[in-house]
Amino acid sequence: MIGGLFIYNHKGEVLISRVYRDDIGRNAVDAFRVNVIHARQQVRSPVTNIARTSFFHVKRSNIWLAAVTKQNVNAAMVFEFLYKMCDVMTAYFGKISEENIKNNFVLIYELLDEILDFGYPQNSETGALKTFITQQGIKGQLQTKEEQSQITSQVTGQIGWRREGIKYRRNELFLDVLESVNLLMSPQGQVLSAHVSGRVVMKSYLSGMPECKFGMNDKIVIDKQGKGGASDDAGKSDLGGGSGKQSIAIDDCTFHQCVRLSKFDSERSISFIPPDGEYELMRYRTTKDIILPFRVIPLVREVGRTKLEVKVVIKSNFKPSLLAQKIEVRIPTPLNTSGVQVICMKGKAKYKASENAIVWKIKRMAGMKESQISAEIELLPTNDKKKWARPPISMNFEVPFAPSGLKVRYLKVFESKLNYSDHDVIKWVRYIGRSGIYETRC
Amino acid sequence: MQEWANQLCENRQFGSKMTDSKYFTTTKKGEIFELKAELNSDKKEKKKEAVKKVIASMTVGKDVSALFPDVVNCMQTDNLELKKLVYLYLMNYAKSQPDMAIMAVNTFVKDCEDPNPLIRALAVRTMGCIRVDKITEYLCEPLRKCLKDEDPYVRKTAAVCVAKLHDINAQLVEDQGFLDTLKDLISDSNPMVVANAVAALSEIAESHPNSNLMDLNPQTMNKLLTALNECTEWGQIFILDCLANYTPRDDRESQSICERVTPRLSHANSAVVLSAVKVLMKFMEMLPKDLDYYGTLLKKLAPPLVTLLSAEPELQYVALRNINLIVQRRPEILKHEMKVFFVKYNDPIYVKLEKLDIMIRLASQANIAQVLAELKEYATEVDVDFVRKAVRAIGRCAIKVEQSAERCVSTLLDLIQTKVNYVVQEAIVVIKDIFRKYPNKYESVIATLCENLDSLDEPEARAAMIWIVGEYAERIDNADELLESFLEGFHDESTQVQLQLRTAIVKLFLKKPTETQELVQQVLSLATQDSDNPDLRDRGYIYWRLLSTDPVAAKEVVLAEKPLISEETDLIEPTLLEELICHIGTLASVYHKPPSAFVEGRGQHKRLPGSGGSAESESPDAVSAGAANEVAAVIPSQGDLLGDLLNLDLTPPATTGPPPHSGGMQLGAMDLLGGGLDSLMGDESEPLGGDLGGSPAMGAGFGAAPAAMPPAFSAPVSGGLEDLFDLGGGVGMPLGSFCPPKTVWLPAMKAKGLEISGTFVRRAGVIQMEMTITNKAMSVMTGFAIQFNRNSFGLAPAGPLQVLTPLSPNQNIEVSLPLNTVGPVMKMEPLNNLQVAIKNNIDVFYFSCQYPISVLFVEDGKMERQVFLATWKDIANENESQFQIKDCHLNSDTASNKLQTSNIFTIAKRTVDGQDMLYQSMKLTNGIWVLAELKIQAGNPNYTVSLKCRAPEVSQCVFQSYEAVLKN
Repeated sequence: MIGGLFIYNHKGEVLISRVYRDDIGRNAVDAFRVNVIHARQQVRSPVTNIARTSFFHVKRSNIWLAAVTKQNVNAAMVFEFLYKMCDVMTAYFGKISEENIKNNFVLIYELLDEILDFGYPQNSETGALKTFITQQGIKGQLQTKEEQSQITSQVTGQIGWRREGIKYRRNELFLDVLESVNLLMSPQGQVLSAHVSGRVVMKSYLSGMPECKFGMNDKIVIDKQGKGGASDDAGKSDLGGGSGKQSIAIDDCTFHQCVRLSKFDSERSISFIPPDGEYELMRYRTTKDIILPFRVIPLVREVGRTKLEVKVVIKSNFKPSLLAQKIEVRIPTPLNTSGVQVICMKGKAKYKASENAIVWKIKRMAGMKESQISAEIELLPTNDKKKWARPPISMNFEVPFAPSGLKVRYLKVFESKLNYSDHDVIKWVRYIGRSGIYETRC
Repeated sequence: MQEWANQLCENRQFGSKMTDSKYFTTTKKGEIFELKAELNSDKKEKKKEAVKKVIASMTVGKDVSALFPDVVNCMQTDNLELKKLVYLYLMNYAKSQPDMAIMAVNTFVKDCEDPNPLIRALAVRTMGCIRVDKITEYLCEPLRKCLKDEDPYVRKTAAVCVAKLHDINAQLVEDQGFLDTLKDLISDSNPMVVANAVAALSEIAESHPNSNLMDLNPQTMNKLLTALNECTEWGQIFILDCLANYTPRDDRESQSICERVTPRLSHANSAVVLSAVKVLMKFMEMLPKDLDYYGTLLKKLAPPLVTLLSAEPELQYVALRNINLIVQRRPEILKHEMKVFFVKYNDPIYVKLEKLDIMIRLASQANIAQVLAELKEYATEVDVDFVRKAVRAIGRCAIKVEQSAERCVSTLLDLIQTKVNYVVQEAIVVIKDIFRKYPNKYESVIATLCENLDSLDEPEARAAMIWIVGEYAERIDNADELLESFLEGFHDESTQVQLQLRTAIVKLFLKKPTETQELVQQVLSLATQDSDNPDLRDRGYIYWRLLSTDPVAAKEVVLAEKPLISEETDLIEPTLLEELICHIGTLASVYHKPPSAFVEGRGQHKRLPGSGGSAESESPDAVSAGAANEVAAVIPSQGDLLGDLLNLDLTPPATTGPPPHSGGMQLGAMDLLGGGLDSLMGDESEPLGGDLGGSPAMGAGFGAAPAAMPPAFSAPVSGGLEDLFDLGGGVGMPLGSFCPPKTVWLPAMKAKGLEISGTFVRRAGVIQMEMTITNKAMSVMTGFAIQFNRNSFGLAPAGPLQVLTPLSPNQNIEVSLPLNTVGPVMKMEPLNNLQVAIKNNIDVFYFSCQYPISVLFVEDGKMERQVFLATWKDIANENESQFQIKDCHLNSDTASNKLQTSNIFTIAKRTVDGQDMLYQSMKLTNGIWVLAELKIQAGNPNYTVSLKCRAPEVSQCVFQSYEAVLKN
């Protein structure tokens, strides 16, 4: 297990050092500094073995966090723990910086004592931790017996991420479906590869211990219902507002630890008691039937040896009522470009010599529209026999729908002990699709 | 998210802790004195401030242990924050002030009774971290109560505390019955208590490989699988890692466990996912391949593995190292997922290199076009290592997918045209391999290669180019000129290049004998007369004699057909791979090394269950022997058994493997005696054949690259650092270590007048071979050199034999040859037999001698008492052997001192009925521990030695050493 945990500043000075195991000596602190932080070359691996001692490190801005061990530990767990440690610190005092760490070193030691015991990670959910470790010192002496046992049962309980007794006057929740769509297309318009990686982020402000059920247009679920013939009344509480009829095939998804995985595995239903506030409910990946919001049609013609004519048409491919934003098309130009003349119908286009590209920006564009840019590129004559490699044309944009086709069908909230029902909860759903690596070869 | 963070950051301004950083800045003189005064202040706030300052000083490495009594005085407080700070201090310094630490006991015991569960837990948690014997005694009672506490928070803390206590005093934990209480906690109603109990038990079980501590039976499994659904992400990891050690009874049970573990693949925590993958990969071995479920499971594994690649880069790295193993074990899982391994521009270099490795493994005819296009892209990147690897990968594709070879070669030629030095060199090295794989196909490119001859400055590239010129000498008009140009600086070249040049010129001569006679004579005389390297010289001689006596035979030998090179060159050796699969997610899987290679102490070798069930897979691993020498090469089959012999962890796979065969171990030993009797001749011919196959580096061409281990691991560790770590290691070396008298090893009669007598001795940690070399012939002897045959403990000369001046008739010389133990190993009979070849200007002579095994006893062979006890119990009785030493008249102390000079350490002494029992331990250079019990009865000149060792084969030799040392 983890033998010790050190935090250094960019100079390699120790800010925090906590040793959990007897086999880790003080010299381990120096070994990491000398061999990794002060090493001359770039870091070649996040895991370093120095004299039979292994160091795992992550960096946040210019702060180094290093976990050290002499055993064959679960490496994935150590890194997950280091990330978690960063999250916890951020939740307590904001940005991880030298100043903040020094200002909160007593708190950090308290946290380290609590979330890592003999090198074994313990409950590290900030929701639970904040009930008894605070920046004003530890609560404890003032608590009543009930409060104390409530704290311990939460820290060790099955729902360690949420404390009891949360109350809101208004029960409200926000769901954000955030997707990034990636594409590589051939000049002829053939899709070489495309995938969407998405996240469902939830902000919940709900009283008590609400039991939630989340439904989306997952193909497996829809098909099952279709076969069974029993139409679920879930359709009525459709939140997506879209046509929502087609279903999508999800390649893989992962869930926050609040989701009951065995239930998902057996029934494919997503049920959970959410943490309070903002968290990431799920991540997913799809590769089939992706709605590509934009199509790029390039046309490059070489006129003699000193001139290129480029014409690029972009077509928006979604409902006319929707608006795409922050559109940017990047057309690479050869290294020996001497001058560029551009004409575009919409937006602004500029040749950026330092980036070897024409950058065309459009603020907004509705669906089912098309726009075009033409450019004449003057080239300097060169002796280089090698032809220009023609890097792909890339695009950036943001659209108000999910390119995967994912629709939230419902999010039902049940809280049996308190007197509010699913209908009383105010729910908000938002879809944002952004470009990941969105390229068309030319 | 970021905005939110910033906002929080601003909120912090209102907090009260803005000033904590000031504690880091106190550097005044007399600081300790001031702190002392503040600690003893009456004001609570001032006290707290002072303790904070102390902790801050402690963090930055200042010694504040002098304040111990003052800080402990602050412990009696109802302020929990202050209490925690004091505890933190105690954990750090209690060990250096054990007597004063006792002062704290009362408070701990009191706190363990506190009505507040948080305080009870804090007390028991901290107490376990104070490693002072006296305190641990007081810990037992509170711990017992806390293990049965009504509050789960206290119980989960107490569970971990048992592991802490076990680390300090294992015997105490057993005696107090804590292990049983811990086992009961597996049935606790609270999932977190279960998880911590599992973690603690697993850790304790690891140090008792044969105990049935982690008694995994179907009932326990059921409890664990239930808790798995309910506990925290960390708890799930502990439980999954523990489940992986279970061996299901049959395929039905295996399937039902798999079904209950698969939901974990959707967990957001990558470590949970990887641990679940480990369980599935392992239990899958039990499932029949025609089962529908088997196919379903295979399909279920791919998506989560792909998803791991969208995690943070450090986790991606861990995932990729593991995927590398999974792809080797079950290529079908990811065969359609090539694209996700394409390198992204922003990936850190360590992720890029690993992705490249996996791309090569997944390359097939179906996707080769895409892969090549990518690789070509990568070859123009900035990072030198990455570019080199990409170029090598192109060569690997050519060798792996025949249809793509032509395209690969033309891609490589394009890259050579870039004239980027390291790209050119790398390309030439791989083209050599392509020539080997597809002879007489791409030789048209030789001209292009020759153009770049001058730019090659790396030995591997030079050697590759020379090989190409030699191999195709008949097609290259100016081959003689090219090779001659290398010859000028022959002595400055590396051995690799020298060897290659010598062979290439011989090849050239055989192909074009008329013009190159002078050249061949030149190279052979350079190789034989002016070189200290035995390989270079001896093979030079062989060539020379072959050429002068039988050119036809020479042609047959030197220009013989070469064996084909295999497609996959850097595969991990199968037994190691099996072991690593059992360690998915852990450091071992990141390093691609078994835990024994980087973890102190003993570990078990884990095996996959039921795969084939052959005898071979039952035997413990062969690999650690190799790993001990830091050689990642595939070990020849008979090495398997040798691995057993040399392996310190010679435990049968008791709890991990399939139902343990009690006789498995002996079986291995039997084989050991039968096999491994390679004749000396057979071995000698081997290097010769190897050379003829081209270059020794040929087969390993790509495999030798550090691909199998992460760069950081193979990075040389500076000596100073090693020192920094191993403070306890440098035990003073007693001088008068036992040295047997010299005996004649090689009589003059048998060696044309050369007589050698000698002995072995260990001095200051170095094994020396002391020899007296006498010239009893009529002529002067020169050019001495020595070589060892492979032997049981890998003894090899650490340097050349230093006989500098010619040895005149009737003259003798004393030489001392330092030895190391990193040479090739082969089991010898008897074990300590060493076969030596010695050469001089007259001839080569062979003799064999036996070394006392005591020279292999290392200086840090003193076992800890508890470890000794545990190990002694742990080793099966059939591994014990008893010997009598007769006619010895020493008392036990003298005997003990005498043995100590030979690194046989007395750990304990017991007197029963006038009989002295000495318990002793020693450790061999290859890590085998030998435990001994020496019985000495006053007035009885006959001693009894009982030896226990996991490799009982060494016992006889050890006994001989005992006798020799005692009687000396």
